[in-house]
Amino acid sequence: MDSPILEPSLYTVKAVLILDNDGDRLYAKYYDDTYPTVKEQKAFEKNIFNKTHRTDSEIALLEGLTVVYKSNIDLFFYVIGSSHENELMLMAVLNCLFDSLSQMLRKNVERRALLENMEGLFLAVDEIVDGGVILESDPQQVVHRVALRGDDVPLTEQTVTQVRHLLPSIHSLVATTIILWS
Amino acid sequence: MIKKFDKKDEESGSGSNPFQHLEKSAVLQEARIFNETPINPRRCLHILTKIIYLLNQGEHFGTMEATEAFFAMTRLFQSNDQTLRRMCYLTIKELANLSEDVIIVTSSLTKDMTGKEDVYRGPAIRALCRITDTTMLQAIERYMKQAIVDKVPSVSSSALVSSLHMVKMSYDVVKRWVNEAQEAASSDNVMVQYHALGLLYHLRKNDRLAVTKMLNKFTKSGLKSPFAYCMLIRIASKLLDETEGGHDSPLFDFIESCLRNKNEMVVYEAASAIVHMPNCTARELAPAVSVLQLFCSSPKAALRYAAVRTLNKVAMKHPSAVTACNLDLENLITDSNRSIATLAITTLLKTGSESSVDRLMKQISSFVSEISDEFKVVVVQAISALCQKYPRKHSVMMNFLSNMLRDDGGFDYKRAIVDCIISIIEENPDSKETGLAHLCEFIEDCEHTVLATKILHLLGKEGPRTPQPSKYIRFIFNRVVLESEAVRAAAVSALAKFGAQNDDLLPSVLVLMQRCMMDSDDEVRDRATFYMNVLQQKQKALNAAYIFNGLSVSIPGLEKSLHQYTLEPSEKPFDMKSVPLATAPLSEQKMEMAPVATSKLPEKLAPSRQDIYQEQLASIPEFQSLGPLFKSSDPVQLTEAETEYVVRCIKHTFSKHMVFQFDCTNTLNDQLLQKVVVQMEPSESYEVLHYVPAANLPYSQPGSCYTLVRLPDDDPTAVSCTFSCTMKYLVRDCDPNTGEPDDDGYDDEYVLEDLEVTVADHIQKVLKPNFGAAWEEVGEDNEKEETFALASVRTLEEAVGNIISFLGMQPCERSDKVPENKNSHVLFLAGVFRGAHDVLVRARLALADGVTMQVTVRSSDETVVDIILASVG
Repeated sequence: MDSPILEPSLYTVKAVLILDNDGDRLYAKYYDDTYPTVKEQKAFEKNIFNKTHRTDSEIALLEGLTVVYKSNIDLFFYVIGSSHENELMLMAVLNCLFDSLSQMLRKNVERRALLENMEGLFLAVDEIVDGGVILESDPQQVVHRVALRGDDVPLTEQTVTQVRHLLPSIHSLVATTIILWS
Repeated sequence: MIKKFDKKDEESGSGSNPFQHLEKSAVLQEARIFNETPINPRRCLHILTKIIYLLNQGEHFGTMEATEAFFAMTRLFQSNDQTLRRMCYLTIKELANLSEDVIIVTSSLTKDMTGKEDVYRGPAIRALCRITDTTMLQAIERYMKQAIVDKVPSVSSSALVSSLHMVKMSYDVVKRWVNEAQEAASSDNVMVQYHALGLLYHLRKNDRLAVTKMLNKFTKSGLKSPFAYCMLIRIASKLLDETEGGHDSPLFDFIESCLRNKNEMVVYEAASAIVHMPNCTARELAPAVSVLQLFCSSPKAALRYAAVRTLNKVAMKHPSAVTACNLDLENLITDSNRSIATLAITTLLKTGSESSVDRLMKQISSFVSEISDEFKVVVVQAISALCQKYPRKHSVMMNFLSNMLRDDGGFDYKRAIVDCIISIIEENPDSKETGLAHLCEFIEDCEHTVLATKILHLLGKEGPRTPQPSKYIRFIFNRVVLESEAVRAAAVSALAKFGAQNDDLLPSVLVLMQRCMMDSDDEVRDRATFYMNVLQQKQKALNAAYIFNGLSVSIPGLEKSLHQYTLEPSEKPFDMKSVPLATAPLSEQKMEMAPVATSKLPEKLAPSRQDIYQEQLASIPEFQSLGPLFKSSDPVQLTEAETEYVVRCIKHTFSKHMVFQFDCTNTLNDQLLQKVVVQMEPSESYEVLHYVPAANLPYSQPGSCYTLVRLPDDDPTAVSCTFSCTMKYLVRDCDPNTGEPDDDGYDDEYVLEDLEVTVADHIQKVLKPNFGAAWEEVGEDNEKEETFALASVRTLEEAVGNIISFLGMQPCERSDKVPENKNSHVLFLAGVFRGAHDVLVRARLALADGVTMQVTVRSSDETVVDIILASVG
């Protein structure tokens, strides 16, 4: 048979990608040397986007790699692994990434919200995959570990807390001014 | 300020990207505020995000820039903002390979990894391990060991995964953490369990015993994590494969039991493992196939895809095992995921009946343009297999293939189609003309030089023998006008073949050749001039030798001979017959099915087996005067498989001598053999001239000894001979552990099986692409004919197989394939007899009660004809 027995390894994920609805890269992390240069990576992303953005199916085989994907409003999420990899493992990573972001962005998984929370995305992916090894597959755990304080609360509340955070210093400022005045 | 920035963006449109117009230099400039006191966490966080975003977009950071940003960032460790600290870890990891002196943060990270904040500890470990090298690793070893067995799962997992990354770099250090990993493996946390298992396997994978023990332990105790189960299944199937364990082994039972796991991921992994095992019987496959069948109706596309892809693989080897799933597969051919539909259809094409082929082909052609190249190749392979199974369907297939050929597609895809069409043409003479027409159309607009030359070669071979050869000339000559040098040269060669075969086309071909002689490329000009001169002679023999059948020598051999000739200038012209012949005629080898994952390895022209032997033998002084090596046989086993000494023999034939190479292996670890020779007693007038002993034969290291034999001069017809062989040697007992031999030894011998030399050892296979022309070229001067009755043979296939293996000659014109339901057949064989005499054999076979065979032999030497006929009789 054409595929050899899989070398048992924890290195499962070759890349995690998020593209917008023009196919432009919002996030890309490659974990091995399948596409060593930025140019090759961009070409691969273009190919992937062309083949997947019109269809609503969640899995494809491209350039000899298994690609599982999911789209939501104006975002496309991809997890890429070897064509011999267990597709369901890759799917577990994709679902974990999506569900974690969905919680962190309060179900508002779209380009704009994501761009405003890029640090959240960076930290989440860092908790899900480490150097190609699946680190965590439970979205609850991921969200808990990312533990973004500010971004978990809606914008209005956040501003209030921020202001409150600043209050003591304003107070002291006022205080010093008063002292100076007197 | 940031808020303002966002607001402006909001006004400019909803689709805007706050990071869109980031300038690297501006961001690095902004990074200066890292040095301000007090630290403003929110602004710093935003700047770090920008830096990581830029790196992520593939922006290049120079060492200076990266180092500067890195050092500025280190100041942020003074802030206690959680998110900011986490972003610092990320920045460290991203810059680890770009910046210099990253190790200065070691102490900060060590502090965080052992600190109280659990949120920091895991990520700090991962960042720390990214910047640590082998020497530094010793310093943090203590902390790593503690972290591996930490009760917080994220800490333990991070430590285990980081250890795994570092195995590549510092195996020896990480190896010492095995006990900690072992302890982590019994953790309650599913991910910790998975990572510990992965690390343990990596540390032990070279020690089969340890792996077996580990497997036993975990398969008995059971695991919680589905990921860990998948890993365990892979380890088990690898071990099964390595030990060639039977399917009654407990490992196989374990994998089979995983088919009943409640997690789909594990069930699929187990099914896939069973399907990929070599030598699985249909009965062993059945449970795996039935779970895959269930998955076919899953609502999850990934699961359906995985199932049908695996079933497709099963269908390649065991189509009957998959027939049970036909109904489920039928439901998938309209799946909205085209990959699933394609796989379902190609699987059905393998398992279904002939009647369903038309319907399936219609279905697939409705969406073939939507699927990726990889799957198109899968479709083409399915068609290719189908054509061999149902030859009558070739017209449907040919139509479909020609449509596919017109579509856009990459090289691998086009090559698959072209190979498929070529194989159909070769299998079905009826489809030849349509197939050639499609290929002609394809080369009109073909960007792949390799394919164009391949097709031109085929046109040259097949075109002249079609009823209307003239119609191909236009297509070929168009190439001469329009294409690159390689294609033009191939086109010239093809044209020459038309001129040589068809007298009425010759004048026009000569005119075209004249035109080619003015080509800008010298290879094209050379070929045209050469063919022009050969064609003008109008001699059949010349045409056959130089246009149809070309050179049959091995290219590296030719190169070496020519080099030798230039070193020793002599009056004699270079003798082509002194060059060793090419061993394996490449064009007749069945093309291998390219796997779906296309390998990008270029095909290198490796020196053939015979060229390697030639080199080896030439290095032995006794054999230097023997001349070029004529033929090397396949190895013959002279011992049973599991004996004390394993000996196999390769027969090397030279023009007047034979060298027997004995490859001996000593399988006793308490013996050292010395001065090993194989003594040979010939049954005929063969004369043993010389023995070359193998000086030392230690345990399990193969060594070779040689015997040189002179072929009888006086009786050239004595081609077959039996040798009785005895291995003689000096035994020195030795310590099995150290391999230290005793001082004294004693002589001993070991009787080997008899070795046969047959007529096949004197004949080298040569492929004549155009047998008819070669037949005419040799001429009927030395023709002899005889009729034989092969009483013991029942079928034509068997007879053909026997003759080919007995004479050791190359079947030409695909005459080794006997069409079904025929009771007569003609077999064409070509070869070269020792001493560079061409031999051609035509065997007409007729099936009655037994098989009757009329053999006609032609050769440039009469003795050779006699030898062949005598040996057949």
